[in-house]
Amino acid sequence: MMVCFGSLAGMYALLGAPIVAAAQVLIYLGAISVLILFAIMLTQAGDANLPSPFHRQVWAAALVALVAVGLIGWAVTATDWGNSTVILGIVLNTMAAALFNAYALPFEVLSLLLLAAIIGAIYLARRPEDDEKAN
Amino acid sequence: MGLQAYLIVSAILFGIGMFGFLARRNAILMLISIELMLNAVNLSLVAFNAYDYNSPNDAGAIFALLVMAVAAAEATVGLALVIAIIRTRQTPEVDEYSDLKE
Repeated sequence: MMVCFGSLAGMYALLGAPIVAAAQVLIYLGAISVLILFAIMLTQAGDANLPSPFHRQVWAAALVALVAVGLIGWAVTATDWGNSTVILGIVLNTMAAALFNAYALPFEVLSLLLLAAIIGAIYLARRPEDDEKAN
Repeated sequence: MGLQAYLIVSAILFGIGMFGFLARRNAILMLISIELMLNAVNLSLVAFNAYDYNSPNDAGAIFALLVMAVAAAEATVGLALVIAIIRTRQTPEVDEYSDLKE
C-alpha cells in the first residue's frame, strides 16, 4: 500500500504537479499510512484460526471489477485524446490564485469538513468510562 | 507516455480498489480499498489537467488536493468508527455486523 502511494507521488511529479506530489507524500505516506498501521495494530488479535480473508462473493466481486476496468479501458482506448506528449506543468502562483479566488468556497467548506471530522473522531475515540467519570 | 497510459493505470488501480472493497471481509482493508479508489480518481484528475490544452487553469490539481483532504477526513472518521465497532464487537469482520438486520 505504501509503495503504491509513493509511486503515485512519483507519477504526480512526472505529470508536472509537484505540489500534488508533495501533498501525496505528506498526507498518504505520512498520515494515512500511519493511521492505518495503528488501526491494524490495535485490532489484530492474533488468533490463529482466521477464516478466509475473502468474502463468499469473491468471484462476483472479481467479475464486477474486471468488467468495470474493461469498460473504462475500452472508453480510454476508443477515445481520441490527441497524440501530444507535452505535459503542461503547474505554475504555483496561478494555482494558488485560482485556489483562493475561483475555488475559495470549496476551500472554506473543506476546512469546515475537516473541523467536523476532527470533532467526530475525538467523540468516537473517547472511551465510555471517561464519560462516566466526567459525569 | 501519453494521457492514455495514465488513464489505464488509473483504471487498473480503481479496479483493484473496487475488487478489494467488494471481496474483503475486514473493515480496515475495505477502508484501504476506498483510499485506493480515491487515489485512482486523483491520478486521472491530475493527468487530465496536465494534458488539457484548451483551458489552461489548474482545476485538476486543485480538485486532487481537495479530494486528498476529503480522503484524510474520511480515513480518520472511518478508522475511528471501525475501531469503536471492533472494541464493542471484538471482530473486524463486516459479516458479523448484522444487528440492524435482525
